Amino acid sequence: MPWLSTLMGVSVLGALGVTLIRNDKLAKQFTLLVSLIVLALTVTMAVQFSPNGDQWQFQENHSWIPAFGVNYSLAVDGIALVLILLSVILVPIVVLASWHDAEKGKRSVRTYFSLILVLEAMMIGVFAATDVFLFYVFFEAMLIPMYFMIGSYGGPQRAYASVKFLLYSLFGGLLMLVAVIALYSIAGKNTFMLSDLIGTIQDVNTQKWLFLGFFVAFAIKAPLWPFHTWLPDAAAQAPAGAAVLLVGVLDKVGTFGMMRFCLQLFPDAAAYFTPLVIVLAVIGVIYGAIVAIGQTDMMRLIAYTSVSHFGLITLGVFAMTKGNPGAQDAGTGATLYMVNHGFSTGALFLIVGFLIYRRGSKFIPDYGGVQKVAPILAGTFLVAGLSSLSLPGLSTFVSEFMVLAGAYRLHVPATVIATMGVILAAIYILWMYQRTMNGPTAESVKTLPDLNAREKWVVAPLVALLLVFGFYPKPLLDVINPAVKDTLSSVSVTADQAAAAPGVKEGK
Amino acid sequence: MEAAEIASITQHSGGAIGAAWLMIALPLVGAAVLLLGGRRTDKFGHLLGVLMAVASFVVAALAFVQLLGFAPGERRRGVSLFEFIPGLVDKVGLLVDPLSISFCLLITGVGSLIHVYSIGYMAHDPNRRRFFAYLNLFVAAMLLLVLADNYLALFVGWEGVGLASYLLIGFWQHKPSAATAAKKAFIVNRVGDVGLLIAMFTIFATFHSLTFSGVLDRAGDASQGTLTAIGLLLLVGACGKSAQLPLQSWLLDAMEGPTPVSALIHAATMVTAGVYLIVRSGPIFEGTGTAQLVVTIVGVATLLAGAIIGTAKDDIKKALAGSTMSQIGYMVLAAGVGPAGYAFAIAHLITHGFFKADMFLGAGSVMHAMNDEVDMRKYGGLRKVMPITFATFLVGYLAIIGFPLLSGYFTKDGIIETAMEHSAVLGWLAVLGAGITGFYMSRLVFMTFFGKKRWDAKAHPHESPAVMTVPLLLLSIGSIALGAYLILGNRFMIFLSPAVGAPEHLPEFHPFSAPGLATLALVAIGAAFAWLRYGAAEVPATAPRGSFLTTFARRDLYGDALNEALFMRPGQWLTRLAVFFDNRGVDGLVNGLAASIGGSSGRLRRVQTGFVRSYALSIFVGAAVLVGAWFVVGNL
Repeated sequence: MPWLSTLMGVSVLGALGVTLIRNDKLAKQFTLLVSLIVLALTVTMAVQFSPNGDQWQFQENHSWIPAFGVNYSLAVDGIALVLILLSVILVPIVVLASWHDAEKGKRSVRTYFSLILVLEAMMIGVFAATDVFLFYVFFEAMLIPMYFMIGSYGGPQRAYASVKFLLYSLFGGLLMLVAVIALYSIAGKNTFMLSDLIGTIQDVNTQKWLFLGFFVAFAIKAPLWPFHTWLPDAAAQAPAGAAVLLVGVLDKVGTFGMMRFCLQLFPDAAAYFTPLVIVLAVIGVIYGAIVAIGQTDMMRLIAYTSVSHFGLITLGVFAMTKGNPGAQDAGTGATLYMVNHGFSTGALFLIVGFLIYRRGSKFIPDYGGVQKVAPILAGTFLVAGLSSLSLPGLSTFVSEFMVLAGAYRLHVPATVIATMGVILAAIYILWMYQRTMNGPTAESVKTLPDLNAREKWVVAPLVALLLVFGFYPKPLLDVINPAVKDTLSSVSVTADQAAAAPGVKEGK
Repeated sequence: MEAAEIASITQHSGGAIGAAWLMIALPLVGAAVLLLGGRRTDKFGHLLGVLMAVASFVVAALAFVQLLGFAPGERRRGVSLFEFIPGLVDKVGLLVDPLSISFCLLITGVGSLIHVYSIGYMAHDPNRRRFFAYLNLFVAAMLLLVLADNYLALFVGWEGVGLASYLLIGFWQHKPSAATAAKKAFIVNRVGDVGLLIAMFTIFATFHSLTFSGVLDRAGDASQGTLTAIGLLLLVGACGKSAQLPLQSWLLDAMEGPTPVSALIHAATMVTAGVYLIVRSGPIFEGTGTAQLVVTIVGVATLLAGAIIGTAKDDIKKALAGSTMSQIGYMVLAAGVGPAGYAFAIAHLITHGFFKADMFLGAGSVMHAMNDEVDMRKYGGLRKVMPITFATFLVGYLAIIGFPLLSGYFTKDGIIETAMEHSAVLGWLAVLGAGITGFYMSRLVFMTFFGKKRWDAKAHPHESPAVMTVPLLLLSIGSIALGAYLILGNRFMIFLSPAVGAPEHLPEFHPFSAPGLATLALVAIGAAFAWLRYGAAEVPATAPRGSFLTTFARRDLYGDALNEALFMRPGQWLTRLAVFFDNRGVDGLVNGLAASIGGSSGRLRRVQTGFVRSYALSIFVGAAVLVGAWFVVGNL
């Protein structure tokens, strides 16, 4: 059974179906149903995935543009699988959370929900594509539904934010396109298949140029410092649900792309640029956190925390380059981080979204003492915040620890500086919590209702996932670890290197 | 009885030791039920909380008895739980050994008493259920901290107690001061956590393991430099959790929490976690004289600093908090000495757990009677209206100043004697600290229970109910007898030796040694001086200005001022700069770039109107570039 095409097909058909339904409420329920079906199908597929089997599973391969050797080629390894799972888990949650978000403006409610399903198909495609050209197509096409979700349903400055988002992404995408085509030409094998292209570019200088083409696109997408400035605007103007998909999933394509394409296709260039990238990543960790501390707009604040977290993910990805005995831990940690960050930031955006929906303001000074009137909202907000500061016991800690412990094996000063980020994380989260939830209850929030049943259903699965994988991350790690190992074999770091570590003298 | 060598760990899965995970699970379930159950559990929440703590104590006691049944060389039992992170920590397990079980008994024993006491103390609080949920959460996390068989799981408990502490300090979160104190405690602790995290990274890079057996048994294989680095980093972590210099500043503010919290978390148990960490990591510290030296210096500096702060506080809880800092300083000092000091460090930790909890709960009882007044200048003469509170407090007081034959006498004397043998300078400074303790604790007792009544007109002090006084009585018994029981005949040192080792020659107890007599003399002088100033003389209702030394002590030795000048203000400045830079600099630059590509900023603005058209335009431009690129590359 062509699982991956089926998943995408159900989403696309669902999106079409939504536009046909005249009744808004029915359309919403239908969207929820479709997203749940996709979730159920994906889980069924994931159960059949054998972690220690072939690297690529559920393969589909059809010739698409034979003249250029372009294939419609899909498959997943453990890394792609967990990211697809992340996407399809977030979609129904976002649908449920966005129930009333599209109603305020004049735009069609149905279209908003239809766009979510279109986006879902694209997200599955972008992670599953094993043909570089197909990946590029999804990479660009993904922008379209997101552009409309921000531009049509966003906040007062949505036009500015959405165009900024689009221009940044298009700019990166074009660089990547040039690199894709150059890669195709130079490799000269009349194919875009990733597996055929790995190892074909031997010349280091060529590798460097092509690496940059891909890397800048991914760095903008991720976003890595200093390419990050579109994100706070986009996230602050987007409806909360769109922000979740944007930061939780779309941005992951950046770090995912670095791992899959930059490292595997151009390992020598990746090794060459590693010091530079790690410096940028560490700057991002600290800089994002400091700027987050200084925000008064909650949505922007969360966006900046993500800049900090993406710095850590990038650190983990580039700790996978040659010569690092901790490459396996760093790579697995980075992948797990992408998943956990989706749940953690997703929860944070959605709960803040609920808060903003109630009070009509994104600004921290407009709140105070909400804990007293809405204890459940405050409690879940705190849990989401604690996951953002990577409190042990929540899944984000596992991934952060793995990234840092893995990176530390080779990049000691960089990791030490990045670790300082945990102090800053405590400051930005707890200070935001204190200013909004603690203290005397502000007059303007005295009548705020607590979470309703629908909102509890939105938050509960996220909190449960954060907790379960915090104490028992093994199911995810068992899927990710072999895939990272396979990836590392392309980056020519082998497990043997991991065995030889500094610091231990032989005998005594 | 002879001391044993450090034993290797036997895997074991039977009886109460095999069920040691229940100790953690029971209070955790309690916390979960009370938090998720919400208002529905209001009626019985406090009872469930107490039940879970007591049940945990029963498991601990059974495990203790079972452990005693084994030969000393077999008293380290590993309990394997579940697979965690393949490659880093393959399996999480518990380690039940003399060290961890001592902590378990203290945490669940004193913890249960404080749970019971809280029924009365929090009786009128509408959120009492939530209070008990957090207390249960704390007990679970603290037990994980001491029972974990590896550093990573220890860290989970370590941060878990930090979270519980945050929630409980800020329990009355409508008070801005409480919310701020809670946040401060968490953040300062995180500074220590960075040390512990980097220590773990270094440990893993060096030993490829994070389990105690995998690391500590092979500590000798690592180079001295590596061990020093790990030791100092662990110390940073310990300083944060145990409020040792220079990370002490949060503890005094933490007194914003309800008093049972101060007793349980900020006196008896959590703040001693740093001592546990150092003793548990003994083989690392024993391999590096440098780290040990720094540990002892930190300990002595803090024991003096805490004592000096204690002399100047009029707030009864803050005076006790200064005292806690100081007493933990003694423990850290002993832990830095090595195997000769470990048993005394932990013994003092246990007796301190009893007498300090006793006094904190006593202070709570006083506050309960005095409309939550904490200023000792408004107390006075309370011994007559609160006889049980007074008597139990007096026992705790005599124990802490080291009155002969009470608990603190034996355990603190052990630390002083050990330190003296290690280094005369450290030893005499510890004696000096004991003298100051004699002064400030006497001051506290005289101001509170003796002299004239200086009460507010509205205060009608009364003895607390039995639910509060019975725990006080039980804690007093421990404060009286535990020290002699543990120290005489080196009972505790021998018991602990399979876990932490012991010195080659077991120490002998000399009641009339020079340091011992000097300590007693100094304590007596301190107490007498306090009597002259605060017992015999009138206590002014407002604090006199005092010398610059008094101000120095009142301002917590300018710890906060230092933090503000060094970190907070530059931090605020940096934050503002970064926000400005991000808005104008990075963004401005990129926008400018984009605008110049687009022709002019006016063009960009026009693009931003009418979004569909602009999108179409962008796509068109994009497509044009795309095709252009195609041709360029195609012609290569």
